[in-house]
Amino acid sequence: MHFKKNKVLFLFLLPGLILYSIFFIVPSLNAIIYSFTDWDGLSPDFNVVGFENYIQIITNDSIFFKAFTNNLKFMLFVLIFQTGFSLLFAMFLIKNTRTNVFLRALYFFPTILSSVSVAFIWTFIYDPNIGILNTVLSSLNLEFLQQSWLGDQNIAIYSVAVTQVWFHTGQMLIIFVAGLQAIPEDLYEVADIEGANRWQRFRHVTWPMIAPSATIVMAYTTIQSFKAFDLIFAMTRGGPNYSTEILATLIYSTAFRSFEFGYASAQSVIFMIVIAIITVAQFRILRASRVQE
Amino acid sequence: MKIIRYILLALFAAAIIVPMLVVIFTTFKSTAEVFSNIMGLPSSWSIENYVSIFVEQPMAKYFMNSVIVTLFSVSITLILASFIAYSVTRMFGWIGVVIFSLFTIGMMVPAQVNMIPLYQLVFDLGLTNSLLGLILVNTAVTLPVAVFILSGFMKSLPKSLFEAATIDGANEWKMYYKIALPLSVPSLAATAIFLFVMHWNDLLYPLLFITNNDYKTLPLALLEFQGEYATNYPLLFTGVLIASAPMIIAYIFLQRYFIAGITAGSVKG
Repeated sequence: MHFKKNKVLFLFLLPGLILYSIFFIVPSLNAIIYSFTDWDGLSPDFNVVGFENYIQIITNDSIFFKAFTNNLKFMLFVLIFQTGFSLLFAMFLIKNTRTNVFLRALYFFPTILSSVSVAFIWTFIYDPNIGILNTVLSSLNLEFLQQSWLGDQNIAIYSVAVTQVWFHTGQMLIIFVAGLQAIPEDLYEVADIEGANRWQRFRHVTWPMIAPSATIVMAYTTIQSFKAFDLIFAMTRGGPNYSTEILATLIYSTAFRSFEFGYASAQSVIFMIVIAIITVAQFRILRASRVQE
Repeated sequence: MKIIRYILLALFAAAIIVPMLVVIFTTFKSTAEVFSNIMGLPSSWSIENYVSIFVEQPMAKYFMNSVIVTLFSVSITLILASFIAYSVTRMFGWIGVVIFSLFTIGMMVPAQVNMIPLYQLVFDLGLTNSLLGLILVNTAVTLPVAVFILSGFMKSLPKSLFEAATIDGANEWKMYYKIALPLSVPSLAATAIFLFVMHWNDLLYPLLFITNNDYKTLPLALLEFQGEYATNYPLLFTGVLIASAPMIIAYIFLQRYFIAGITAGSVKG
């Protein structure tokens, strides 16, 4: 009965829908089709190999497993520090004083830079010979802490993770400030009357009230850090010895360096499934923890 | 307690200010001076690096390519997304919901998933090494988040506005143009800034589609400088500053809007 009305509206969304279908939906579905082939991306023919790529990845691809583990290390590090710092600094800067507004704008600043720029700045900070970090350490007589920050297999992934935290903490801080400012003042007055200490105020008033902001921050941080590509690509290209290889960079090099389009597509489908699982799981967990409050 | 707070705030501020100052100072130094004097002021404020990066590289060309790709991607995405957002909020029944979900589901798909088929498609269409190819792909890829932000806003407009307009005999185009569009200017601006930062800084699609110098955008050009100049930090950082300058200048004047825009994108995305 509203068909006529919908018909006019359909004309409105037609151009966008066409573009989106051609350049997004169809390619995304094609990725699934490619994943069942052995296509190299160059020759016109390929064979359909069924689940062979998937079986190979799951049973016999140590680099994929290593990249996945690196993804988890990177994500956990960023999740803990980015959420922790942004919440802590948001609590420091909750009032809209001039200084606080300035500091929030300063902390937000890195967010507007390109990841390639951030990557270069931090490559310089980490440079083992002339880098800012090692120079500062030596001027503080802390030479024993000097490292080859991006060259050491054991720490390189965390060095990149620190960069990611520097890059996006200011953005998350703003979300927390908005959440904190929405808490009614009288809740704290009640807490004070009941003689709550600092920790109790945080635990029983602040935390439950900012749970929605925390959900957003943690979900966004998790997905953003799991999908990180540019920063790692520009800082380390996944090295040394795959120690900073993550799924996004691995899929790129499988496709465009080794020219295994079919295999890389299968990796990318698994990557997407993992992201979907993390997203759903996270919202479940965070929702459950909110109900308990 | 207070003192710890000040120390932490100052440390974080320093972690941002110190590297940025070092980057700026470095662009006025020679490579030799960087090795002898890393953190300090340049001995002479020579603009040699700025000159040589424009002479040695088609920097002006890269810059223009970024400007063209960004301007077109942002405007086309905004126009298409506001049309879509308007119609999915006005549509009756399940069709609107299905179409809305079709777009929002796109926010979940990481770029690495459709990257390979997209590369193939752009290649088959003969759009590799063209700015048009980048613009089309950019637009399609950011439509989901733009539709999400804008339709969130349009849903909040009072229904009575549209009912009154219907009674007055306005058609859908008039309602879009005279009611929905003017009222959504703040959220359009927020979305525009979010898209601006995203497209200006995008690396992946230029990396996939562009090999010819004539069509490189700034982030891709910077990445290539890294290979060419290896540890020539003065020249690299000159490139970084030139590539970031428009964003930095706009941020200084429009901070509030930048923060609102990018935050809207992250909350929704």
